[in-house]
Amino acid sequence: MDVVVDVHSWLLSLIGGLLIGLAATVLLLGSGRIAGISGIAGGLLFERGGDRGWRALFVVGLIAGAGLVALIKPGLAAAAPSVGVPWLIGAGLLVGFGTRLGSGCTSGHGICGISRMSPRSLIATATFMVAGFVTVYVVRHLLGDAP
Amino acid sequence: MNQLVALIAGLLFGAGLAIGGMTQPEKVLGFLDLAGRWDPSLAFVMGGGLLVAFPAFAIAARRSRPLFDVKFQIPTRRDIDKRLLIGALLFGAGWGLAGYCPGPAIAALSALHPGTLIFCAALIAGMWLQRKLAP
Repeated sequence: MDVVVDVHSWLLSLIGGLLIGLAATVLLLGSGRIAGISGIAGGLLFERGGDRGWRALFVVGLIAGAGLVALIKPGLAAAAPSVGVPWLIGAGLLVGFGTRLGSGCTSGHGICGISRMSPRSLIATATFMVAGFVTVYVVRHLLGDAP
Repeated sequence: MNQLVALIAGLLFGAGLAIGGMTQPEKVLGFLDLAGRWDPSLAFVMGGGLLVAFPAFAIAARRSRPLFDVKFQIPTRRDIDKRLLIGALLFGAGWGLAGYCPGPAIAALSALHPGTLIFCAALIAGMWLQRKLAP
């Protein structure tokens, strides 16, 4: 196995992770909610009721937070996706359908669910990680060319 | 107050995703590519997140209510069902195709790349389809 050793990148990732954990902590201890992005986005789009306001503001903050970082440090601006339009559409459909069917994504299951030692989230996280590894292996190494 | 809390949490979350490298799909795919040149960075994102969130959930478990609301709204189910497994499988496959999970894709809208907009439109369509086909 060929591992990219880049301590600077690891440090940035650790800081980013700590901030994400802090975000989940603020929402949990402040409002009692789980910082699960697929649930927040899905609820905002498709559910009526009193939860729309905070969900909308969370999403605004999510976009603005990434935008502010890019303003301060342009090197950290979001990069364009590296795959073509058909792949983006297929991937988006799978991620949208899958996260709602499976009740969560990397944040809700991966960070919050594992933190509260939920068996459902542990299984879901292991499943989507393995599915991600296998998909990249098939696309890059079996089909031969990265899309 | 809940709205202010959500805005602050969103800002922190979006900043964390950007600093952590999650809004760079090629970096995410580099993490998922175990057989290629493996970039372990994103394991640090996960580790950092858990490092803070784990004690936070332990604190929440000992409190009767959050600071600014009447009760905690934390999932209680513990059963492993087909929907959970199939959903996670489909999600993981999509994640591996484009390098986007929902949070980073939405946060990346800040950069206005056409590909990100296309992905997010498809993400919404996928969520809508799930409601129609497998509610």
